Amino acid sequence: MAQQLLKKKLALSSNYAVAYAVKALDVDVIAAYPITPQTHVVEKLSEFAANGEINAEMIHVESEHSALSAVIGASAAGARVFTATASQGLALMHEVLHIASGMRLPIVMSIATRALSAPISIWNDYSDVMNARDTGWVIYFTSSAQETHDTVIQAYRVAENPNVHLPVMVAYDGYIMSHTVEPVEVVEKEDALRYAPKKVTWPRLDPDNPVTMGTITSPDWYYEFKYQQVMAMREALKAAEEADRVFGEMFGRNYGVAEGFMLEDAEVALITMGAFANTAKVAAVEARKQGVKAGVLRLRLYRPFPKEKIVEMLSNVSAVGVVDKAISFGAPVEGPVFNEVAGAFYSSDHRPVLASFIAGIGQRTVLVDDFVSMFKKLQEYAKTGRGPGESIYVGVRA
Amino acid sequence: MIEEYRFHGRGGQGAVTAARLLVGAAHREGRYGQAFPHFGAERRGAPVVAFARISDRPIRVHEQVREPDVVVVLDPTLFKLVNVLEGLREGGVLVVNSKEDPGIQGPYKVFIVDATGIALSLGLRVAGWPVVNTSILGAVVKATGSVSLDSVVDEIKSNWPGRMGEANAQAAKLAYEKAVRVR
Repeated sequence: MAQQLLKKKLALSSNYAVAYAVKALDVDVIAAYPITPQTHVVEKLSEFAANGEINAEMIHVESEHSALSAVIGASAAGARVFTATASQGLALMHEVLHIASGMRLPIVMSIATRALSAPISIWNDYSDVMNARDTGWVIYFTSSAQETHDTVIQAYRVAENPNVHLPVMVAYDGYIMSHTVEPVEVVEKEDALRYAPKKVTWPRLDPDNPVTMGTITSPDWYYEFKYQQVMAMREALKAAEEADRVFGEMFGRNYGVAEGFMLEDAEVALITMGAFANTAKVAAVEARKQGVKAGVLRLRLYRPFPKEKIVEMLSNVSAVGVVDKAISFGAPVEGPVFNEVAGAFYSSDHRPVLASFIAGIGQRTVLVDDFVSMFKKLQEYAKTGRGPGESIYVGVRA
Repeated sequence: MIEEYRFHGRGGQGAVTAARLLVGAAHREGRYGQAFPHFGAERRGAPVVAFARISDRPIRVHEQVREPDVVVVLDPTLFKLVNVLEGLREGGVLVVNSKEDPGIQGPYKVFIVDATGIALSLGLRVAGWPVVNTSILGAVVKATGSVSLDSVVDEIKSNWPGRMGEANAQAAKLAYEKAVRVR
């Protein structure tokens, strides 16, 4: 058994881990912009296509706007589709993001999260995805190459679930994960297709049964279309939990929509996403050695936001810090995830002291010690019963 | 216990690939590893840095390597440009592509190997440049004993199937034989 597992484990970056997942899922159409800010995901998929290892139609287009438009067309025709981008590419796609979700197409896209210009930064933060959070896509943030691989596979099961029919983004930290090679147990095609069978569950363009999609809709119906998207997004939470549970049963690995680490007896906790969570966990162990009862909550599913789950997981914690890797300029508190966590707690009986930390902007290095300092600050807030009231900018030269 | 590595090279020399192959070799032994480049605006010939971690247990941490146990230098001219010893732990290992003792002072074990000579003797060139990353890995194995030469050779061969892989694997074997400790 151990030998068998060893055989299947490859040394892959998160980018390649995505490509191997797409290969296993027998995707029909891949459209992508082939130049920067594109990543190795599409490079590897092109190689698979050139070698005849996948049957997908590979369409290299002139922009990310066109990439998503092309997969919208293919998905509307009933194809299983994939695209990938990052940073400015996701920004350029912006208007089409709404069209994909409004047409209720089960498109899956991977994002190596990166900062936005200006000034130009090719490095990591979550500005690109935070910019797209209200576009009606289901959004995951993953924290290892293995999880990225597994989540792309789960994404198709969620997107194609008849109660959902929404596009899904799988986001992972640019460079910190996209270019970091880690061990990955690759899911074989046969198993991936048993888990997420290829079946057109969504309405599609069919000459024998003509339908119109995404047409002009007057004020007496547009609202209902949007309300259906709201309902589909609520269903997506259940679908994501189901997809994760079944994945665990089949492959022995599952992650939850949110993951707790040492939360059972924690007095203070940090909410993080993506690769930050790994370093925060190491810091929690360190903080406990220094007398701070620290824990970590990693938010894996960001849209739909699992608010009840988060409130429940933190029900015994006195102070909660939210680490944001993006800035919502001019917001009441500038951490975008912070505001959502605050909203979740406001409607609950449990009201821990809350603090917003902004860190890792444009990939400014954040070390274990930085997280330990955040835990210590939270301990002070817990003692005084008062949070800082505004975002703390970790490591900035102000 | 996590072993941490830092590779110094010049853009195009394959420092990033060396880190990746080392980690791939560790995975072959059922261990865990992580390899990542330093994320700069690299270009051919400019100093570049890559990192690796190897452990018997899954590696959680995703921060930059600050205090490496092993530093690998693919080009000795880098000594004049960057402080390759920065953060190297006491008792740490330095592996240098060099014909001569670089004369390093400090509490380190220093190994040298003429990786450039080995690469040229095997005709390993890409765009005119000698490929030194595979040979230096043989010296790293000798200096640290962390992964076996067989795992490195298998990883190289699976990375470049055919003649290319054979020549690169041979380079690693030769470097393993020829690497010497000078301090």
